[in-house]
Amino acid sequence: MAKYLLLKHYRGGPAPVTDMPQFDRWTPEEFSAHVRYMKDFAARLESSGEFVDSQALSPEGTFVRYDGEGRPPVTDGPFAETKDLIAGWMVIDVDSHERALELAAELSAAPGQGGAPIREWLELRPFMTDPPTVTE
Amino acid sequence: MLRSLTPGVLGVLVRRGADFAAAEDAVQDALVEALRVWPDDPPREPRAWLVTVAWRRFLDTARADAARRRREDLVDEEPAPGPVPEADDTLRLYFLCAHPSLTPSSAVALTLRAVGGLTTRQIARAYLVPEPTMAQRISRAKRTVTGVRFDRPGDVTTVLRVLYLVFNEGYSGDVDLAAEAIRLARQLATVVDHPEVAGLLALMLLHHARRASRTGPDGDLVPLADQDRRRWDTGLIAEGVEILQTALSRDRLGEFQAQAAVAALHADAPTAAETDWVQIVEWYDELVRLTDSPVVRLNRAVAVGEADGPRAGLAALAALDDTLPRHTAAAAYLHERDGDWSTAARLYAEAARRATNLAERDHLTRQAARLNTR
Repeated sequence: MAKYLLLKHYRGGPAPVTDMPQFDRWTPEEFSAHVRYMKDFAARLESSGEFVDSQALSPEGTFVRYDGEGRPPVTDGPFAETKDLIAGWMVIDVDSHERALELAAELSAAPGQGGAPIREWLELRPFMTDPPTVTE
Repeated sequence: MLRSLTPGVLGVLVRRGADFAAAEDAVQDALVEALRVWPDDPPREPRAWLVTVAWRRFLDTARADAARRRREDLVDEEPAPGPVPEADDTLRLYFLCAHPSLTPSSAVALTLRAVGGLTTRQIARAYLVPEPTMAQRISRAKRTVTGVRFDRPGDVTTVLRVLYLVFNEGYSGDVDLAAEAIRLARQLATVVDHPEVAGLLALMLLHHARRASRTGPDGDLVPLADQDRRRWDTGLIAEGVEILQTALSRDRLGEFQAQAAVAALHADAPTAAETDWVQIVEWYDELVRLTDSPVVRLNRAVAVGEADGPRAGLAALAALDDTLPRHTAAAAYLHERDGDWSTAARLYAEAARRATNLAERDHLTRQAARLNTR
């Protein structure tokens, strides 16, 4: 089994195939169908034993760094114009890279306006693993 | 129920002089032993059985420690058997677990384990943190309160705050924390006579009564005005109202009684339109006087909007800091009631961006979508 991170971006990545969804411009029913699709997707992965974790992030964050002994942390942001903005993630544990691609594509097919798949780009990142016990 | 015996048993061990951390471990061991033995051989006096087994377990551990350290300063004098003031022991344990030296998250974890008798794993799951993290949190908390002596009575409001935190966490994991908080509040009410304990218990019961109607089939939030009131639990409401009325009649008002009074007025309305908003505003006035909390002022502004019209509500809202949680959502709602749909839609969308949980974010997004597409 191998773990993968499916990263969902508010912004960033390749040029979008469909417009960035503006949920508050959809009908409530279209939005509900979109949310339900993602919940059902997670529930299916749980029952297939491939689900690890899923979290959503607030759109606004703060950059922070150390600024020397006895000094308060330095903060910067939030930046409304940041190019890349992460919306959330799902972690899956699957048998193969192909399976990970298949699942990412399925999640990207969540319905949008008029029920058509939104086809958003999801970033797929393999987790670094522990070194194997048997190496020779 | 086995877990309901936990605080009394632990209280006895602590009163006999066992240090808190060791006593707590011994009681957990005794609970595990009870689960193994009782199905085949149920004791006549479950509590006495647990005290005996836990005390023996504590002494064994203490002796082993003493021997290992070649110290003999812990002696195994069995205290004289006699009447055990169970209520005092239980109450002392509540105070200990909510001790002001603990952070809120530590007090919550320790209360659930030592008073509630939940396992570390159950608590970890309920709060969605890894089990070793929760184990550390609990053992640090135990070390913090070990050695606390009760030479003066504790402040019951610290205990109430901890139970309120547990109740508000809801039921995300496999332990129903709301139900557990109610159980612990009921138990507390049997050992201490205080109108605010009754007030908190009533508040919990009245909110719990509405639980089934608070979410739709897809887990969507259903706001109070849209809830199917036939699904409210009338038994819990009746119990909550009765407990509250008894507490209020003692004329020692506190914030939990006032909050429960607001909840009772909602529970009392056959339809949302029949809600007695004028009385609710009066209770919020009491709450402002008692707490001076900006969050209470925000809720009051919404109630004013219902009692005196949306313009009055918006005026009350304008006096408050607009970075308060839910300020934008409240403004959106009042603008919608005032007929200004485009402002309302814009504010709902902004409130969705500021939301701190998914259920609220989705709900607010849906509100914006509803107004934008009507």
